Amino acid sequence: MTYTPQLRELMKKVEETRPSRVGVNYPRMTQDERRDVLEKFHPDYIVDGFRELKVGVNKGSRLTNEMADVFEAWSRLRGVDLDLSAEPDYDVDVLIIGGGGAGASAALVAHEAGADVLIATKLRFGDANTVMAQGGIQAADKENDTPAIHYLDVMGGGRLENVPELARALVMDAPLVIKWLEDLGTMFDKKEDGTMVTIHGGGTSRKRMHAARDYTGAEIMRTLRDEVYNKDITVVEFSPAVEVLLDEEGRAAGAVLYNLETEEYQIARAKTVIIATGGSGRLHYRGFPTSNHYGATADGLVMGYRAGAETIYADSIQYHPTGGAYPPQLLGLLVTEKTRGLGATPLNINGEQFVYHLETRDVASSAVIRECEERGLGVPLPTGMTAVWLDSPILELVHGEGTIERQLPAMLRQFLRFGVDIRKEPMLIYPTLHYQNGGLLINENGMTAVENLYVAGEAAGGIHGTNRLMGNSLLDIIVFGRRAGFDAAARIKDIKTPKKLSLEHVEKYHKELEETGAADDRLGPVLLPHYTHR
Amino acid sequence: MTEEVKMVDIFLMGKRYSVPDTLTILDAMEYAGYTLTRGCGCRAGFCGACATVYRMADDYELKVGLACQAKVEDGMYLAQIPFFPGRKAKFNLEEISPSVAHFAQLYPEVYRCLGCSSCNKVCPQDIDVMQYIAYCQRGDFAKAADISFDCLSCGLCVSRCPANIVHYNAALTARRLYSRYIAKPDPFLKERAKAIREGELDAEIDELVNAANEKLQQLYNDREIEK
Repeated sequence: MTYTPQLRELMKKVEETRPSRVGVNYPRMTQDERRDVLEKFHPDYIVDGFRELKVGVNKGSRLTNEMADVFEAWSRLRGVDLDLSAEPDYDVDVLIIGGGGAGASAALVAHEAGADVLIATKLRFGDANTVMAQGGIQAADKENDTPAIHYLDVMGGGRLENVPELARALVMDAPLVIKWLEDLGTMFDKKEDGTMVTIHGGGTSRKRMHAARDYTGAEIMRTLRDEVYNKDITVVEFSPAVEVLLDEEGRAAGAVLYNLETEEYQIARAKTVIIATGGSGRLHYRGFPTSNHYGATADGLVMGYRAGAETIYADSIQYHPTGGAYPPQLLGLLVTEKTRGLGATPLNINGEQFVYHLETRDVASSAVIRECEERGLGVPLPTGMTAVWLDSPILELVHGEGTIERQLPAMLRQFLRFGVDIRKEPMLIYPTLHYQNGGLLINENGMTAVENLYVAGEAAGGIHGTNRLMGNSLLDIIVFGRRAGFDAAARIKDIKTPKKLSLEHVEKYHKELEETGAADDRLGPVLLPHYTHR
Repeated sequence: MTEEVKMVDIFLMGKRYSVPDTLTILDAMEYAGYTLTRGCGCRAGFCGACATVYRMADDYELKVGLACQAKVEDGMYLAQIPFFPGRKAKFNLEEISPSVAHFAQLYPEVYRCLGCSSCNKVCPQDIDVMQYIAYCQRGDFAKAADISFDCLSCGLCVSRCPANIVHYNAALTARRLYSRYIAKPDPFLKERAKAIREGELDAEIDELVNAANEKLQQLYNDREIEK
């Protein structure tokens, strides 16, 4: 029993209208209506949600206010006395910042190429959005599919705004990545004869979504992590980097690490640096809940930007219309798109449908926001927020009893854990922050405009344009993790150990900040989100 | 219509805090003023970072849960287990085989299992841990892989095992052995990978990479969708 008596009372409206809704299709929006609802309610169109960046290499470009806040922030090292000429605490060939799927892939490939590798990560090794990716990983490895067909899907999905060379690298490496993971002993869903089971995802023209049950990312992550340990690669946990170090020529040469437990700074010197710190959902743009990991606070973007790496599409955020809103334990949790796909309909407080249930993610999200904010027809929750119903029980009426258990077993389990039986009770949903489409611009080897500074994974931008397809993020982290690891290791033989480590770029950044009058208490990177639940 | 918040008393490592009863254990710790570093991860039940043990007043039974997936209850007294030492056997996957002999070299302690079922009682994922350890003992890695699959490596089983078994690492090795040697390799994948390495698919994709956007949009709109 988790829905409160008040919610149960409101739920009666949904039950009342349900019989009249079976078999009745709510009209789709016209193009004008779609544009209207997007422009008025989609967070990407809300002009006051963004501002022009006042500092750094992309000065004048647009960012969400929340991200601009962490970009226009003082270094954590402001006023900290560091001796950069002392013997460093770590001295390696390749420093990898971040311990998710991209960092682990980079580490394995760089190690194999003979490099001495260090992984420094903010939380535990493997604490990353990677483990939360349930759906799958795309690759054109069937006879009726080719990387070129995959490329077309990626570009079309990304509104043709992708950097073509990056999209090419993504799809061409995809089968190689699946082979690599298979050889490492990743437990993909397979038929008896070994054929990978693959299905469609949103926007795919071939069935190329590979999965490991509904724990695809977790399975990939634990396999890679196990292999990193097998190879004796050094991993330092609870030690986020707070600043990239440059050498006398402005090339990346290491990072300053911060031990979260002893609160000490340490110097890691390296010939090449790979930023693999993930996304930024925990910045909670416009107060939205997120489906992201606790550590997703844009740290790498902030550090890399200060060091001189450019951003691309950093203002483009993917919202998913069906995030969990209640019970509060499920806030932000992704309710799989399959639920709507089967015919579950969004309803307002009166049990009335207000949007066609299969509108695209951006339009559906906007319609939910409109219903709650403008029309005031959202369902008020005990937590203070408003939400709309997603009528799951109607699926049992339409497709027959047992449909939910058969088709949505994970969702059923997840809600039952908190006392909601979605076979009998509708879900409560609200859009959730899901993915950072852009990031720091890289080339096809993973390197930024700053020499010897690489970025891989969600922190990188350009691969997906302004809209990523399902199943291409697990792919992206492995493809560009491997590419960055390979190139970083290949370059070390030509790089001499940097003579001098410098934070002059941070001082320069501070000078720019002083001119803008940034608030004194604003520090970046954020490192840990601050929650009080009050 | 924010309704009256009902408060409950919980004890974080023995210290009393009054918190709203709607919160998860994790949220309640933050409400109490903690900033979490250890013991907090995905906050969605996937990563196993937030293993927690607790008791209720007047109840002898030790209970467990993931702090992000369990609600606070009045009188709960608890501690997180943010880290529990567990040995991982190192191996070269290319040099071992899915045999009892190899597995026993890596994880000899699985044969010390007493059959007490303590692991099963604490698994927050309801996995039959003791059964997969039995499958590992017998070298039935396919079955061990199958039933251990939902493991989050939270380590609660390890914390309770009188035989000092590190279940989750044994299971991970079993899954990797199964996937590498028992499940068959995909019959077409190797061929596709070879074709890409040898540049056989370059021409087709380069034509698209060099195409103008109008052409690409046209091709995209007209593309055939597999049924």
